[in-house]
Amino acid sequence: MSTWFSETFPNVVYQGWGGDTGWGTAIFQTLFMTFWSAVFGGLLGLIFGVGLVVTGPKGITPNKTLFWILDKIVSVFRAVPFVILLAFIAPFTKALVGTQIGINAALVPLSLGVFPFYARQIQVALSEVDSGIVEAAQAVGASFSQIVFGVYIKEGRSEIIRVSTVTLISLIGLTAMAGAIGAGGIGNMAVAYGYNRFANDTTLFATLIVLIMVLIVQVTGDWLARKYNHK
Amino acid sequence: MTAPIISLKDIDVTFTPKGKTIHAVQDVSIDVQKGDIYGIVGYSGAGKSTLVRTVNLLQEPTSGSVTINGETFFSKTDNGATQKIKGKELKEKRRKIGMIFQHFNLLNERTVEENVLFALENNKEKEKIKKEKVAELLELVDLSDRAKQYPSQLSGGQKQRVAIARALANDPEILISDEATSALDPKTTRQILDLLKKLNKEYGLTVLLITHEMEAVKAIADKVAVMQNGRVLEKGSTLDIFTKPQAELTKEFIATATNQDQAIQAITDSETVKNLPADQTFAELKYTGNSTNKPLITSLYEQFGVVANILYGNIEVLQGTEVGSLLVILSSEKDNLDDALAFLASQNVSVNILKGAQA
Repeated sequence: MSTWFSETFPNVVYQGWGGDTGWGTAIFQTLFMTFWSAVFGGLLGLIFGVGLVVTGPKGITPNKTLFWILDKIVSVFRAVPFVILLAFIAPFTKALVGTQIGINAALVPLSLGVFPFYARQIQVALSEVDSGIVEAAQAVGASFSQIVFGVYIKEGRSEIIRVSTVTLISLIGLTAMAGAIGAGGIGNMAVAYGYNRFANDTTLFATLIVLIMVLIVQVTGDWLARKYNHK
Repeated sequence: MTAPIISLKDIDVTFTPKGKTIHAVQDVSIDVQKGDIYGIVGYSGAGKSTLVRTVNLLQEPTSGSVTINGETFFSKTDNGATQKIKGKELKEKRRKIGMIFQHFNLLNERTVEENVLFALENNKEKEKIKKEKVAELLELVDLSDRAKQYPSQLSGGQKQRVAIARALANDPEILISDEATSALDPKTTRQILDLLKKLNKEYGLTVLLITHEMEAVKAIADKVAVMQNGRVLEKGSTLDIFTKPQAELTKEFIATATNQDQAIQAITDSETVKNLPADQTFAELKYTGNSTNKPLITSLYEQFGVVANILYGNIEVLQGTEVGSLLVILSSEKDNLDDALAFLASQNVSVNILKGAQA
């Protein structure tokens, strides 16, 4: 078996598990980038998404100016292709984390790249919360935070999980590009050690690993979304 | 007369979507006395829901004043000076005005008891006391056994009862019912109306009942206002409105609440009435209250020799007063008939001759 494997996939075996170019390292890098940019980008996206809903024309505190500003920020960041964003915000990244290359530096563009996408998704998810329920909450004198957390987020929970799943999957896609600024990861493995070296077996393996990651996220997301839906 | 618990004065609500001006509510003044069940009827789009939302300021009026329990919630005079409660104070006041809705508007991701508890989140009492209060409320609406279930597991009537429990959580003096029975079947509608009546009787809860069903008004309301195109066409006690409706729309609504129109139509079209002999008169007799106890028909024969053949009879009880209606064929000499009609008038029976002698 192992002879067959090393003969059929020589480059996969050549990369090894540990070390700078190993599979384990690449997987860890991808997970690390996905996790932390999901945390930062997710928080930012959640804040913007909630902001868009509450200040929107049908929101609980309509505010045309604030809505306009949030809306434009989201639109502009969404319009910039990620690979360009990586390069474009490099000075900002350097100011923030002290370097513009490497895995930590990648977290800045990844967070900024994913947040507008997530903000829009959250906006749509929360807009689907029945306005009658919001009105009922207002009628019992609920406060702003009770309406945001107790009604919008709690009632939209299942939908939020669903859009978070979609976002997380697209984030895994973005991390594949982070190799461009030396952050490593599975994407970098596929391109730098697979494609560039004509090592098709390495590319194939990298693809399989990403597919498995996406599958795990999708299945878990679907399960959670079902679990938290009592509609 | 004591000061009204709800006083809406010269309320205007105007919307201007995309430059167009829509007068949702125009110049409406309504006073609701404590302990009343006040019905507001009208077709959809009449402005009823917009009007009642001004009571707890879910909708701010464009002008007019809203006074609840003697306190000015909102006031905007023609010279533009606006006075209104807002922020924390508004939220506190809203808790004293319960509201229930057509589509129940329960929190889907919370159980029955959590829904009621949600209304108590701002209550500073201990968790244990709040839990007791929730249990009490669920007992009141007869849903104690459903406390741990989610709204999706309940029927429409049960959902509305949860909504009522939630609306009552902060011991409000006023309950706004916005088409609360419109999505329910007739039997469940009746149960919800009976529950509202019970709350009104036992706890002195003032109910503002918005509906397009005159049946609901007839069943429990003491007073009623009829709305169309943002205006109140007429208002008064349910008894007066039902027995002496003025506006065409009111008559239309009343006809939907009784089967009388169809009965009159069927009888008018019948062979008996079509081939009515010249010496006979087809008439509708209407009477209210005391006069129903007197043997009218017997008196007509004994005193005036007028024979009354009853084709249709209906008695309704409105606010505890009997309201009767009879369709009869009267046969007698012409002179006797005139005397008999005068007698009926003196007994507060209104006579509407549909066909015959004087029609």
